[in-house]
Amino acid sequence: MATGTRADGPAAVHVAKSNLRLQGALAATAAGVAVAVLVLFIALPLIALFAKTPPSMFWAQLHSRVAIDALKVSMQTSVVSLACIVVFGTPVAYLLGTKRFPGRSAIVTLFELPLVLPPAVAGIALFAAFGRFGILGAQLRTVGIELPFTWVAVIMAQSFVALPFFVRQASAGFASIDAHLMGVSRTLGAGSARTFFRVAIPLARQSLSAGAALSWARALGEFGATALFAGSLQGTTQTLPLAIYDQFSAADLDAALAMSALMVAFSAGILAAVKVITRSSSW
Amino acid sequence: MDAPTDKKLSVKVRHRLGRIELSADFEVNGGITALIGPSGAGKTSVLQTIAGLLKPDWGYIATESRVLLDTERSINLQPEERRVGMLFQDGALFPHMSVARNVAYGLHPRPRSHRERDARVADLLKRFRIEGLASAKPSRISGGERQRVALARAVATSPEILLLDEPLSALDSVTKGHVSAELSQWLEELGLPSILVSHDFADVVGLADHVAIIEDGHLVQTGSKNDVLRRPASAFAAAFAGINFFPGTAEARGHHTEVRSPDGVVMVSTDTLTGSVGAVIHPWDVSLSLHKPESSAMNLLHGPVLQLSEVGSIVRVTVGSTPPIVAEITAESVERLSLALNRMVYASWKAAATRLVAQDGMV
Repeated sequence: MATGTRADGPAAVHVAKSNLRLQGALAATAAGVAVAVLVLFIALPLIALFAKTPPSMFWAQLHSRVAIDALKVSMQTSVVSLACIVVFGTPVAYLLGTKRFPGRSAIVTLFELPLVLPPAVAGIALFAAFGRFGILGAQLRTVGIELPFTWVAVIMAQSFVALPFFVRQASAGFASIDAHLMGVSRTLGAGSARTFFRVAIPLARQSLSAGAALSWARALGEFGATALFAGSLQGTTQTLPLAIYDQFSAADLDAALAMSALMVAFSAGILAAVKVITRSSSW
Repeated sequence: MDAPTDKKLSVKVRHRLGRIELSADFEVNGGITALIGPSGAGKTSVLQTIAGLLKPDWGYIATESRVLLDTERSINLQPEERRVGMLFQDGALFPHMSVARNVAYGLHPRPRSHRERDARVADLLKRFRIEGLASAKPSRISGGERQRVALARAVATSPEILLLDEPLSALDSVTKGHVSAELSQWLEELGLPSILVSHDFADVVGLADHVAIIEDGHLVQTGSKNDVLRRPASAFAAAFAGINFFPGTAEARGHHTEVRSPDGVVMVSTDTLTGSVGAVIHPWDVSLSLHKPESSAMNLLHGPVLQLSEVGSIVRVTVGSTPPIVAEITAESVERLSLALNRMVYASWKAAATRLVAQDGMV
């Protein structure tokens, strides 16, 4: 604005130029400072986590009963959650990604809701639906099913919050497949099921694996919904995040730190895997 | 001219397509029928309806032996049951499968063993001269090779009908001539009723026996290629008929191809086809001038203006050269050159504007 482009003479041009140079330098400095602040803000706590956890203590703490139980519960439940998400989510993602039908955008929005919902709210919602006094509670009880505070409740809580990560990525992957390829597969004699497994799945495999990795990471880290709907019973429903909170509350900082460091390593590993999957393109 | 065949395809379609109402009834009796028309006229929708990829509001599609679609009797065979081979512009090969896997995808009847499958695939690869590409991924082969693989893959399903959706438009002009010649030879060998959709007149002249012109969802003219060329029934058909088409013999000369017409006139082309060819020159590629042009255009004809017909802001000028040629120029150019009947003019065009199509049997 001040450094107009309509300068009237060589002197004005010179002033405008040095002014611009100064502005450029200021902007670069500001950006540099912002980057430094943010990098430190995110990296420092993570570094601190490891700095506060020497390897000897790390291994010792991870051999505690609490940590071993939590690790077991976390792995078992998150893998089952992931399996449920992939088995149910893939056909849904395919439908959302390749077909246009009434109500589609409503379903898309519904599946995005858990992304923005506070996990504690998700937990309460699950409780209101499937809990002892929930709208399906009585019916479930008559057939002898009680969900809250069980292993199944952990899986439900994890699936509820992690599903959108998979469905979003997977449906984007299906949507990006050239429609001609699906059509040509049908004219070559393959029914819709064969077309789905031989053309759609292989062509969307990058998005499918990236989505699966992301939702697995989300399931592993689930805390709020699990705490409210499944509780924190060691060996049954106490996952790593819940165990961390438990140990922290009980003032056993060392155990909490060790388990946290483990989770950082897991998450970083999953993230790295996602990067590798989405970057590698084999054709 | 037509491959002797008793195979027949009847198509009747009514379908609401956005703003237009698609309404097309026609029969294909062997040979290649070109469905041409402006973009958005409904050509591709007709193909998709025949393939079963689009269900029309009302329709009847039948071959000699089977009814593929009859909405009134609630018959609607799925695409995989129709035995209709489809070729798309880029080949639509499966990118995650090798050439051999692509060809093996739809083998019909189903092979009873891996051995039988491999043998049949090898036969097809050999027949379409792509045996060297068996293990190549589609992204690594050329556009012309992709079309050959696509054709081999379609033929592997023993189709009763072939549909070609702009099969040449993804190819560069040099490759196009070759692929068009190959395709026309193979299609003739196969003898299947085939429907070709194209917006490129040169493709149509090179491949089709019959022409159906579709405008705004309606068939405005059907007939043999020569009939439509001689008696166009609509503006679009006239534009199609208005292309310059000269039969001749092509021979390579250095970087160019020379085409000698029966009356001894030589035309130059950048396409690389030899033997009996047709030279197609679009009227909009022809420039007119009063004096011998100094431009780099390598083709020049001289003669009097025989006819001036105005089509909107464009004027079609027929020049009585040997052979006669039609140019389309703007009304402004006509004024600038003060063109009038019998005025002598030079018609010139670039070598790259002479498109060559293979000629076999067509007069």
